[in-house]
Amino acid sequence: MVTLMSEQAQQIEDFVPNEYAAGFVTDIESESLPPGLDEGVIREISRIKDEPEFMLEWRLQAYRHWLTLETPEWAHVQYPPIDYQALSYYSAPKQKTDGPKSLDEVDPELLKTYEKLGVPLEERARLAGVAVDAVFDSVSVANTFQDKLAEEGIIFMPFSKALKAHPELIKKYLGTVVSYRDNFYAALNSAVFSDGSFIYIPKGVRCPMELSTYFRINAANTGQFERTLIIADDDSYVSYLEGCTAPMRDENQLHAAVVELVIMDRAQIKYSTVQNWYPGDENGVGGIFNFVTKRAACRGESSKVSWTQVETGSAITWKYPSVILQGDNSIGEFYSVAVTNNLQQADTGTKMIHLGKNTSSTIISKGIAAGRSQNSYRGLVRVGPNAENARNYTECDSLLMGDKCGAHTFPYIEVKNPTAQVEHEASTSKISEDQLFYCKQRGLDVEDAVSMIVNGFCKQVIRELPMEFAVEAQNLLGLSLEGSVG
Amino acid sequence: MLEIKNLHASIDGKEILRGINLTVNAGEVHAIMGPNGAGKSTLSNVLAGRDGYEITQGEVIYKNEDLLALAAEERAQRGLFLAFQYPVEIPGVSNVYLLKAALNAVREYQGLDELDAMDFLTLVRSKLELVQMDEKFLNRGVNEGFSGGEKKRNEILQMALLEPSLAILDETDSGLDIDALRIVSDGVNALRSPDRSIVMITHYQRLLDYIVPDFVHVLSDGRIVKSGDKELAKELEKSGYSWVNEESAGLPA
Repeated sequence: MVTLMSEQAQQIEDFVPNEYAAGFVTDIESESLPPGLDEGVIREISRIKDEPEFMLEWRLQAYRHWLTLETPEWAHVQYPPIDYQALSYYSAPKQKTDGPKSLDEVDPELLKTYEKLGVPLEERARLAGVAVDAVFDSVSVANTFQDKLAEEGIIFMPFSKALKAHPELIKKYLGTVVSYRDNFYAALNSAVFSDGSFIYIPKGVRCPMELSTYFRINAANTGQFERTLIIADDDSYVSYLEGCTAPMRDENQLHAAVVELVIMDRAQIKYSTVQNWYPGDENGVGGIFNFVTKRAACRGESSKVSWTQVETGSAITWKYPSVILQGDNSIGEFYSVAVTNNLQQADTGTKMIHLGKNTSSTIISKGIAAGRSQNSYRGLVRVGPNAENARNYTECDSLLMGDKCGAHTFPYIEVKNPTAQVEHEASTSKISEDQLFYCKQRGLDVEDAVSMIVNGFCKQVIRELPMEFAVEAQNLLGLSLEGSVG
Repeated sequence: MLEIKNLHASIDGKEILRGINLTVNAGEVHAIMGPNGAGKSTLSNVLAGRDGYEITQGEVIYKNEDLLALAAEERAQRGLFLAFQYPVEIPGVSNVYLLKAALNAVREYQGLDELDAMDFLTLVRSKLELVQMDEKFLNRGVNEGFSGGEKKRNEILQMALLEPSLAILDETDSGLDIDALRIVSDGVNALRSPDRSIVMITHYQRLLDYIVPDFVHVLSDGRIVKSGDKELAKELEKSGYSWVNEESAGLPA
C-alpha cells in the first residue's frame, strides 16, 4: 500500500467553483413510487413492468439476500449512512401508451434534454453512426436503429423490453457474471433494477456501428439502478459507449448499476464510459454516489474485453470494472482516467482474474486529484493454479494538483501459478511550476496549460476511446479541473 | 526595445539583483556574462515573468509597455521569448501540439487567424531544417527523452517558429558538444535581424566565438559592473571574473 500526499507550492491551490454544464432539471411529469423498500415495492416494480414470473422471483431472492448484508466499508471513501427507506425506487416519465414507437412519439421536452446533453438522436445519430438507447430515469424512451441492427440479427433494446422479447436469453445469462450474492449494491440492484440495455451480437457478426446508451438521472430523490447485459457470441465484435450526466441537486443521489458482459470464443467487446455525473459543489454538497459493479466474463478461448473509462463526475465513485479470464488465450484490458476535484472521492480500479492458460491482462490507470479530493486506485490481479503462462502488466500513475488532495494506490497481487509474469509500475507526480511556467512562457494561459499537461498525462487512455468520445473526454478533463490551478 | 532601469529583485527576502541598468535596441545582440551566483538566471526569470521573485525597485520598459505589469503569457504573446537553460519535459504532449498552441497564442494576440494543420506543418518543416532536426521530433513528447543537445535545439526551433522581438537565451551553450553548439549557433545567427534583439546569458566566452555580440556586459553580485564590446569577453577569458571584481571593488554600492 502506498499513500502519498502532495507537497505543492501555494500557487497551485487556488480553487474556484466549476460550472456543471449538464446541471439542468427537465420539467416533465413523472410517475414515481413513494419512498421506501419492501417486498411490496419490488412486486409493484415487477408488476408495472409486466415482467415474467422468473424475474420477480429472482428480484425477491436478491432482496432477501440484500437484507442480510452490510454496507461495504473497505473503500477509501467517507460518507454518511444512506437511508434506503428514504429513496424512491421507481420513476418514469408519464406516457399515454405502453411506449413510444418512434421518435415522433417521444415527449419533445425529453428530446430537448438530450439535445442539451449533446446526445446524437435522430438523423444526427445516423450520420454519427451511433445507435442510442437513451435511459431517462428508469424507462427507455427512445431507441434508435433497431431495424438496421435487426437485419444483422443484433438485439439492442431496453432491458425491460428484452425481458418480454427474449426471456430465454436473459434467463440464461442474467446474474451469471455478477451474482446477486456478489456484493451489497449488486444485491440491491438485482432486487430493484428498473431498466438498462440488453445487447446480443450473434455468431460471426461485427456490429456495424457503435452502440451507445446515455444515462441520465432526472427526478429528485430517485435511485437509478440500471442493469446492462451484453452477450457477444462466437467471433463477434461490438463497441459500446456509455455516457452519464445528472442534474445539480443539493441532495445526494444513489446510482447503483450492474453491468455484465459475456464474451464467447474469439469474440470481443469494447466498453467505453465517460462518466460525468454531478460531482457536488465546491463544499461537497450534493452529487451522485456512484456504486457500480461491472464485470466481464471471457468465457471463450481467445476472447477479449477492453474497459475504458473516463471518470470525472460523482461525489463518490466506487467502481471496479473487472474481467474473468476463463477461456485460454483470452485478453482483458482496463484503461482508466479518474479525475477528482473539490471534495470528490474516487475508489476505482479493476480485478483481473486469470483462470485459463496464456491469458493476459493490461491495466493502465491514471488518477488526477485536485482540490481537497481523494483519489484511490484499487486493483487485484489473481492468477489461478491452472493459468499457465498468464501475464499481467499494470501501470498506475497519479497526478496531484495542489497540496490538499490525496492519491492512493492499493494493488493486490495473488499468484498461484509459477509460470505467471506479473509486472506492476506506479508513479506519482504533480504538475510542476516548471511545466506551467514553460507553457506560459510560450504564450499559453494557465487553463490551457493545465488542460494540455493533463491530457498528455492521460494520453494512453484517451487514445483507446472511439474518436468522438475522445474529443468529449478531452474537453471534460479541462472543464473538470477548471480553476484548480491559481 | 528593452530598457531596464535600476532593477532590484529579491527571492525569499534575499536581494539578488541590486540595481541593473541595461538598454537593448532593436537588432542588437547583447551578451551578459558573469560568475555563478551573479544573478544571471534571476535576471532572465524576472524578465520572462516567473513567479516567486519580488521586484523591490526599478522598472522595465519593453516596446513602450511596463513589462513587469504583464503576466508571463502576455509577455510571450508580445514577442518576448526565453530559451530555457533546462527545458522541461511534458510527457504525453507532443512537441508539435505545443508548437502549434504557442504559435496560435501569439497569432491570436496579433489578431491573426489560427494556422490550419497543413500550413502549420509546412511552416514547421522549414524551421526544422534550420536546427537540423528530424521531423520525428515533432511527434515525440515535449523534450521527453531528448538529449541535452536535442533540448537546446528544440528551444531554438521554437524561437524560429515564434519569431520573437526579444529573445533571451539562458545558458544556451551549457551541456552542448562542439557539433551541437555549432548547429545551435548557426540557428541563432540565422535569426539575427534588424528588428529582433537577442540577449545571451552565459558563463563562458566560448559561445561568443559562434554568436558574436555587439555588446558584452559583466554581471557581478547583482549589478552590471562592466560593459564593452566583444573584446571584453576575451579579456575575461584570459583574466577570469576576479579581475573584474577587483577592478569594480571601488564602485559605490
